[in-house]
Amino acid sequence: MMTEALARQHRIALTGNDAVAYAVKQANVDVISAYPITPQTFVVETLSRYVNDGELNAKFINVESEHSALSAVIGASLAGARAFTATASQGLAYMWEALYAASGLRLPIVMALAARALSAPINIHNDHSDFFGMRDAGWIMFNGEEAQETYDLTIMAFKIAEDPRVLLPVVVSYDGFIVSHAITNFYALNDDVVKEFLGVRTTGPRIDPDNPRTFGVLALQDSYFEFKRQQYEAMENSRQVIKEVFQKYEEISGRSYAPLKEYMTGDAETCLVAMGSTVGTARHAVKTLREAGEKAGVVGILQYRPWPVKEAEQLFSRFKRIIVMEKVMSPGARAGPVYEDIAATIYPKHSEVKIIDFTYGLGGRDISTQGIIEIYKKGKELIDKGKTDRVYFHGVRGE
Amino acid sequence: MSKTNPVSKISDLPEESKFRPGHRLCAGCGPAITVKLITLAVPEAVIVNATGCVEVGTTIYPYSAWKTPWVHVLFQNNAPVASGIAAALEKLSAEGRAKKLPVIALGGDGATFDIGLGAISGALERLDKIIYLCYDNFAYMNTGIQRSGATFLGVATTTSPAGKVIPGKQENKKDLIGIVASHHIPYAATASIWLWRDMVNKIRKAVNYSEQGPAFIHILAPCQFGWRYEPRLTVKVSRLAVETRLFPIYEIEDGQLKINYRVSKPVPIEEFLKIQRWTRHLLDPKNVDVLQRLKAWIEWNWQRLENLEKAGKVF
Ligand SMILES: Cc1ncc(C[n+]2csc(CCOP(=O)(O)OP(=O)(O)O)c2C)c(N)n1
Ligand SMILES: [Mg+2]
Repeated sequence: MMTEALARQHRIALTGNDAVAYAVKQANVDVISAYPITPQTFVVETLSRYVNDGELNAKFINVESEHSALSAVIGASLAGARAFTATASQGLAYMWEALYAASGLRLPIVMALAARALSAPINIHNDHSDFFGMRDAGWIMFNGEEAQETYDLTIMAFKIAEDPRVLLPVVVSYDGFIVSHAITNFYALNDDVVKEFLGVRTTGPRIDPDNPRTFGVLALQDSYFEFKRQQYEAMENSRQVIKEVFQKYEEISGRSYAPLKEYMTGDAETCLVAMGSTVGTARHAVKTLREAGEKAGVVGILQYRPWPVKEAEQLFSRFKRIIVMEKVMSPGARAGPVYEDIAATIYPKHSEVKIIDFTYGLGGRDISTQGIIEIYKKGKELIDKGKTDRVYFHGVRGE
Repeated sequence: MSKTNPVSKISDLPEESKFRPGHRLCAGCGPAITVKLITLAVPEAVIVNATGCVEVGTTIYPYSAWKTPWVHVLFQNNAPVASGIAAALEKLSAEGRAKKLPVIALGGDGATFDIGLGAISGALERLDKIIYLCYDNFAYMNTGIQRSGATFLGVATTTSPAGKVIPGKQENKKDLIGIVASHHIPYAATASIWLWRDMVNKIRKAVNYSEQGPAFIHILAPCQFGWRYEPRLTVKVSRLAVETRLFPIYEIEDGQLKINYRVSKPVPIEEFLKIQRWTRHLLDPKNVDVLQRLKAWIEWNWQRLENLEKAGKVF
């Protein structure tokens, strides 16, 4: 890292949850409201401590549920505050109705999600069922692979959300336990650097008696569609804004971000696709595969919504085979959500590229380097045999 | 926020309400009268309206009847949205980034007695600085007259019809203020649009109390469409509900319950039931059991309140 960039930051060892709380503190949020749920709980606890110790001058609303957590944050955001919440799993599911209200009201809320499986059966461990459940709620969606990315994305999330061209809520997800509870070293920007980067919130809706506005109207057949169309445009606008914010953040931090993370993709013929902490494990697997002469590569998904259409087309059309690994199940669908996004991006234009889908790791089922190598080998073989017409499962009894 | 004083005559109120004509609520709508009185009582406030008739009837895009900041988010979250606004305005106004305003959460009986109750309890327990106003028209009117926890015994709604076997709702009205008062908040009261002065002054009192914590008012607001009486009778119906002791008017301040309108010689409940088609079946001799149960409940409830009043600071 350049020494200039180094002077703007400090090295710190925190869990993923505490990295989020640290970023939120530095972002000088005005209002926080959240409800505890494993594996997110430490975010709530650490932020409570910051507020009660006077390290963060924010209002912390200790609500009785996640439904109220997001509701309180919606209220605060409507009043002009920079507002934050955090949740996981059942908590996110419980917020469902308010998720759509937050994006429909065009509120620059930031939420952290310690991704966890959904009941039933109840399970506290990581997969991406909660994250993908909010796919169509109109939120910008990022996924951090480890503490560094999660911290950086949390800071950038406020900048992106509050840009007047966007004004949409942003979720930053990171894998429950694997990232949320693991202490790692990372670089954090100094407080004054974050303060200068973010300033205070000045954009978006705001409750003002001198300009009394009606928020959350009833819009019927003659206008609802236009509201929704504008929301779609805002999501489209966010592509450019995200690019600019990544650029600006790189200038400050020396860390460069892109919607899709590539590893050994240059001459790769067969590419693994993953999201979250698995991406790191997949890099190890690819290293091993390369040593054995395989032309393997990995693409990690950092930005899920807006789906990076152009980048994805350019990148995925280069491969012969794409093996998608998904920690989510979509019963009755042709394939999982990431497969469907990639397929919709490359087909029918690049019909020579073959793609296959693997579901793995549900409810925290461990995925190892060896496991990924198995998925790679099996996926490659199935593609070459033309057997790609179903979703395959890895690491489950009965497959 | 400056302290508000009580009013004694109508000319003490602002000439113009911030709730403007042209909305699409029914003629003779009790909740519309409620809202007009609220905005006259507190000219500058944020209103956080739950889904329901008032919300739907006043903000059909591109129109709005509101000249004061107004917010609608969902059916069951007006209290926490109001809490978020109040917290944000407190923080931002201290930094010169916003103007502080009274924050009023407004909800129908469905939003308040039923679906939003847990969230309201949360806001009351936290002593959030909000004013909660429930306009009670005794049922889910916006969706077409379904029973709620506020519907009283025997009433025929579309989900508790006066059937051949079951003649209307079989359960009593929920004791909302009892639940609210159990949170030991600074101020809780009931009101009726008929007693407009009492209602306006209670709202103004609630605004003053909301500097310390939540204040809550449960307001009787008849619905001519659902109760099926002539639209011109709304105020009369509001009066009868009070004078029959069906809807007692009282407040709880500093832990002490006080009956504000003492009904010493109650009007027979039949007078109230007979002018509304949704309760007329209760006068049918075959439903005399239900009528007796209703009468007993009304009397038991009145006695209960008198006893609580005598008991001193029990809340
Ligand atoms: C979660 C949810 N469930 C159900 C509804 C449908 N709904 C809208 S308003 C309403 C009833 C409102 O009743 P109340 O609060 O008494 O207000 P009123 O319409 O009587 O003024 C219902 C059931 C909804 N909007 N949201
Ligand atoms: Mg109602």
